[in-house]
Amino acid sequence: SPQVVWSMLGNRQFCSYKMTTKTQNFCRNEYNLTGLCNRSSCPLANSQYATIREEKGRCYLYMKTIERAAFPRRLWERVLLNKNYEKALEQIDENLIYWPRFIRHKCKQRFTKITQYLIRIRKLTLKRQRKLVPLRRKIERRERRREEKALVAAQLDNAIEKELLERLKQDTYGDIYNFPIHAFDKALQQQDAESESESDAEREEEEDEDVDKREFVEAEDSDLSDFEDMDKLETSSEEEQEQEEEVEKKASLSKSKGKTPLKGPARRKRPYIEIEYEEETEPTTKTKAA
Amino acid sequence: AGHGGAAGHGACAEGAGPPAPERVLFPPTFSVSEIKNKQRRHFMFLRWKQQQRKEKLAAKKKRRKEREALGDKAPPKAIPKTIENQRVYDETTVDPNDEEVAFDEATDEFAPYFNRQTVPKILITTSDRPRGRTVRFCEQLATVIPNSHVYYRRGLALKRIIPQCIARDFTDLIVINEDRKIPNGLVLSHLPDGPTAHFRMSSVRLRKEIKRKGKEPTEHVPEVILNNFTTRLGHSVGRMFASLFPHDPQFIGRQVATFHNQRDYIFFRFHRYIFKSEKKVGIQELGPRFTLKLRSLQKGTFDSKFGEYEWIHKRREMDTSRRKFHL
Repeated sequence: SPQVVWSMLGNRQFCSYKMTTKTQNFCRNEYNLTGLCNRSSCPLANSQYATIREEKGRCYLYMKTIERAAFPRRLWERVLLNKNYEKALEQIDENLIYWPRFIRHKCKQRFTKITQYLIRIRKLTLKRQRKLVPLRRKIERRERRREEKALVAAQLDNAIEKELLERLKQDTYGDIYNFPIHAFDKALQQQDAESESESDAEREEEEDEDVDKREFVEAEDSDLSDFEDMDKLETSSEEEQEQEEEVEKKASLSKSKGKTPLKGPARRKRPYIEIEYEEETEPTTKTKAA
Repeated sequence: AGHGGAAGHGACAEGAGPPAPERVLFPPTFSVSEIKNKQRRHFMFLRWKQQQRKEKLAAKKKRRKEREALGDKAPPKAIPKTIENQRVYDETTVDPNDEEVAFDEATDEFAPYFNRQTVPKILITTSDRPRGRTVRFCEQLATVIPNSHVYYRRGLALKRIIPQCIARDFTDLIVINEDRKIPNGLVLSHLPDGPTAHFRMSSVRLRKEIKRKGKEPTEHVPEVILNNFTTRLGHSVGRMFASLFPHDPQFIGRQVATFHNQRDYIFFRFHRYIFKSEKKVGIQELGPRFTLKLRSLQKGTFDSKFGEYEWIHKRREMDTSRRKFHL
């Protein structure tokens, strides 16, 4: 009888479905209605019992009565519930009519919970699924090693430099960089020799400034084609202009860290040199002041 | 001491008696591995190794002397074998003068770009819930690629984003996939029904992790260098990368973005260069760097289930030979 069963399993002896935790006891039996280990929710200790279980998205009502207690195979009677929520609830009601209130109530609660999680499953599968692809350690290691070796073999810096020099040779940069070929070198060296003697002291200071003020020099280049702009440029950029002058004169000596461009415009600037010389006196005055 | 004493013991002929002789004579039938005693075996092995080294050095010297003696008539130096030398010849290697390839390229999806009909406009986004590193990487990538916008992905499906992008005139879509807080995948999709390439991304370095980096990349349009894309597949991938950047690089900016393919790994670098002289150029790395490995190339826009794949990396078939590369 159920009382005896419960007095054995529930309290004293061992029940394999029972899981005890600090605060509660759980029942692992699949037919359990609430999941807890209680006198009223143990499917073994109650001869009249009902549960809701779902299989592949469809819910079934399972019922167990005293009459079939002797036939384990036919013990649990299964009823497929309607897909419609309200109609299924009515079905539960009509099947469990005259059954204890507790079981009826708990069945409906369980059914509600199950339908809710089924809805959520369906919604989630519509969203994007994240596919987890297992990594194979050996392959990962191999790829990493090969990548390192490929990096070493690539010699990226050299390749990039070579490519840039190639492009320079093939004149893709057009007029921006006009590097003196050796014939020009000598001609310029003579002229540089004159200017060098003048601007000796200032050169060392300005070389460092050139490196930092590279960006200003860049902006200069775009404007160099328009000489009106050159004249318009304010005193703030005058220093850069002068530095640029020195830079260009130094170009053939290729000592400068700054840009070494623009022989064309530089040559065009020759008529303007007189103007520049006037400005050049300013730094000398500054150095005197300092 | 142990060796000298053990010399009397059994085992096969051990060669010289006194330890560390000048010239050890190992009889030809002797093999170091036959000695059972580990200490002695080790010792014998070391001696054998020393002898090998000496012989090798002697052989080298002799060869060098011969070479010098011959002078001009010496046979040319042998070229060392590298993996690139030994690469299995790929039949789809593009010949620069190939007409068919030229015709194909004139009519493929990138033709409007190369004919200057479209201006590239890029949308950069990530997978769901990106972590800080990925977000920062996206921002830096956006500074490197001109005319690009970063949008936060809010769980939107790519298939729904794509028509919207096309409506707003985007030409390319980049999705950076993230796993365990690091970006590890890149999907590059050319928009008006262009090919979609899926890459695995590795060794991502943000700007602050690069040593000796320069200042921030400016707004100038950089130049593009594509190295080593030899096969047909490589060509199409190379064109994909080229179509990300606007046509006319501003040489004033002196910035260059490089995609270098080496053994199927594409290395991306972003540099600022300066010509110190006619024969010397200095480069300074700014901008993020990463390496890509092509996983699949699909014909239409992103559609992993029903898309028509032009090329997928199949490990079993394609990774069998160490000398065979596909890009």
